[in-house]
Amino acid sequence: MASPVKDATAPELQGFREVQRLAYACAEAVAARLEPGVTEREAARMQREWLRERGVRDWFHLPFAWFGDRTAFAGFKVPLQFFPTNRKLEPGMPFILDMAPVHKGFTADIGYSGCLGLNPLHDKLLADLEAHRALLLGEVRERRSLREIYEDVERLMIRQGYANRHRAYPFGVIAHKIDRVAERRWSPRVFGFGTQSLKGLVSDALHGHRDGWSPLWSPYSFSDHPPQPGLWAVEPHLGFRGTGAKFEEILVVTDSKDPEQSAFWLDDDLPHVRRWAEERVAA
Amino acid sequence: MSLQDVPGIRERRVSTGGIELCVAELGDETRPTVVLVHGYPDSKEVWTQVAEQLAEQWHVVLYDVRGHGRSTAPKPLRGGFTLEKLTDDFLAVADAVSPDRAVHLVGHDWGSVQSWEFATVKRTEGRIASFTSMSGPSLDHFGHWIKQRMSRPTPRRVGQLLGQGAKSWYVYMLHTPVLPELAWRGPLGKRWPRILQRLESVPAGDYPTPSLPDDAAHGAWLYRDNVRARLRRPRDDAFAHVPVQLITPTGDIFLSERLYDQLELWAPQLVRRTLPAKHWVPRTRPDQLASWISEFVSGIESAQEDGRPLQAPAPTGAHADRFGGQLVLVTGAAGGIGRATAFAFAEAGARVVAVDRDAEGAARTAEMARLIGSPAAWGEVVDVSDEQAMEKLAEKVAAEYGVVDVLVNNAGIGLSGSFLETTSEDWKNVLDVNLWGVIHGCRIFGKQMAERGQGGHIVNTASAAAYQPSRALPAYSTSKAAVLMLSECLRAELAERSIGVSAICPGVVNTNITATARFAGADAAEEKRLQQRTGRLYGLRNYPPEKVADAIIEAVVHNRAVVPVTPEARAARFLSRFSPGALRGIARLKPPL
Repeated sequence: MASPVKDATAPELQGFREVQRLAYACAEAVAARLEPGVTEREAARMQREWLRERGVRDWFHLPFAWFGDRTAFAGFKVPLQFFPTNRKLEPGMPFILDMAPVHKGFTADIGYSGCLGLNPLHDKLLADLEAHRALLLGEVRERRSLREIYEDVERLMIRQGYANRHRAYPFGVIAHKIDRVAERRWSPRVFGFGTQSLKGLVSDALHGHRDGWSPLWSPYSFSDHPPQPGLWAVEPHLGFRGTGAKFEEILVVTDSKDPEQSAFWLDDDLPHVRRWAEERVAA
Repeated sequence: MSLQDVPGIRERRVSTGGIELCVAELGDETRPTVVLVHGYPDSKEVWTQVAEQLAEQWHVVLYDVRGHGRSTAPKPLRGGFTLEKLTDDFLAVADAVSPDRAVHLVGHDWGSVQSWEFATVKRTEGRIASFTSMSGPSLDHFGHWIKQRMSRPTPRRVGQLLGQGAKSWYVYMLHTPVLPELAWRGPLGKRWPRILQRLESVPAGDYPTPSLPDDAAHGAWLYRDNVRARLRRPRDDAFAHVPVQLITPTGDIFLSERLYDQLELWAPQLVRRTLPAKHWVPRTRPDQLASWISEFVSGIESAQEDGRPLQAPAPTGAHADRFGGQLVLVTGAAGGIGRATAFAFAEAGARVVAVDRDAEGAARTAEMARLIGSPAAWGEVVDVSDEQAMEKLAEKVAAEYGVVDVLVNNAGIGLSGSFLETTSEDWKNVLDVNLWGVIHGCRIFGKQMAERGQGGHIVNTASAAAYQPSRALPAYSTSKAAVLMLSECLRAELAERSIGVSAICPGVVNTNITATARFAGADAAEEKRLQQRTGRLYGLRNYPPEKVADAIIEAVVHNRAVVPVTPEARAARFLSRFSPGALRGIARLKPPL
């Protein structure tokens, strides 16, 4: 982004908010259409088509879908295993839809966890993610080092009894920078990642390396710096034996002195947040 | 206690085909009926303890098979023991004790062999609700099993044939005329109780009954009337028309586990259970049998009441057949290896008691255990080094949940630093938890296990540090070496009571132990730094506690003595035996901290 955002009302955030909502709407629409026998590939195609129909032409990355124990990344070693397979959905199976569309030059990267039918264990994981959303925001506002926050998130997961599954992500990242993407008529993809967005990420990495920060939020020493102003797609991912759950949404970090405005979630009206609120009301 | 002394027992005679059967009943007659059928050479007395426990919940019926106990014998004996006639007997008993309702059938040894016939022939359809089989295959299935192996003999199949052929020696003996009768009425009958005690660890008492020589002599006709005929021409339609629970004792000297390969083809609704015990399980493992039978019967009853189709039990984890319904207690269960172990047992369907100093963590472990298949799980707060607290816990567990089947003494703390800088206070803390915690656990819970006399298993978490000297971990290694030796000694002592003892030596595993480890001679800030640094090193090694939990489960199943887990733990174990000098060399290196 050319100029860093100052607060939640900044007009340039509106575009990000819209594409993030669009992506979550897509996830909800596709999740509602999932039924026993649908494969991961079909679910990924459903997401792609839904978003294409609504004007999405480029991607930060193509939509993913993971079913069953693949939601916990059981046995994931190489990045190719992230791509959708012919695994079929069965009753009671958890699933994760993950997509990063570019719309009108704005991009979002979201993760949506769901389950086909009843699965109390999956409900528990989803409920336990709430503490992570609060923890992340609180510590970013305190301007703790990204690596430290990462370790605290991992500690919370372990205390809850879970394994940290974003360790299986490339570089073990829990979050990465998100930016505007120049719309080109032709935007090829490499291994499912849009080249325009990758270009942004690489240039951030180059600049950041010079200034001592990184666009990847990881457990490694290159993330040992306070949060950098900008938009971060944050994705804590819990795994518990054959079940996994995550959310992914945009966290805005500004250079404002006001702690409230120094960091905030881009949008609080998202499916997982609504779900937690409903659970609290029900309780 | 003998069957006659059980309070509330009612006896009656049922006549069928010129025979008078002695039938005993226990428990509430309005409840579903469970019929227990004894084997050879037994009488219904063999079921005494099982029947007593089942009677708390069910209407229990036992009968002496014709020619056994206080039932009369057919005349002539030859041809009087065919499976067809035994089926008549069963139907007569079932009609007498439960005329309007199908009964749940349980058979041991020859009781199971004949019950397979009952459960697979047409004329009993609708009279049987379920069948629990132990140590007795269907002669028809057995016949097909042999045929399959004879017609396509691969080396493995020939091995299986020869193996079972050797185990069946007594069957050939029983086919000799007169001699078996003479032996049973003479010396063998007299010595049999002692033989049983020695070979099978069957507890002494008023079993076998005085009728044994006659029972055994008559029962020889069970074999002569059926075995050759059925094995030569097995029925092709021997499909079970009821749900079957198969309980396989893994140490059975008469029957090979391989006999039940592919049993699913004959019994479509099959639940498998395995029990680390020898042949006479109704005598040596009554608690476990009663609990599995009860669980199976109530599952079927409630499915019938709700009209739901019968479902296989939920647990799907490794060795669910072995641990389903057992009681497992894990100390240090609020995190790391202890928590992963509690989860692994929960996945196998065990009931779990998660013990830790950290109340919240223990409760959390119990809660998650229930979500992944444990029928019941509890969190308990105890400091394992506190003897009185452990005593109290043991009392509570025994009273509320029962005697522990598997005990995992896992709680431990870390302490690093040179010997000269380790204070006596440090030593005391480490030994109190790491060694005394294990001693208390083994002593208090192990005693309960031994007193029950129905087997069990104790797992102690030692460490690769137990056999790998190091200048950095003198106190920790000493405590763990003691745990290893303690486990080996206890293993020797408890072997005669069928209680296995395993020492697990994990090695460097990614757990929270580093975050709370003490570093002798370091001030608070330095200690914090060292904790973080070792934590990161352990994180880089990233060996998951789940794999240790899997090793623990395997150690229990196979009763392994010492189990090094990570590759480095195994390498060190190897060196400690074949090149201890190399290990001493390594011990001198300063750790990279």
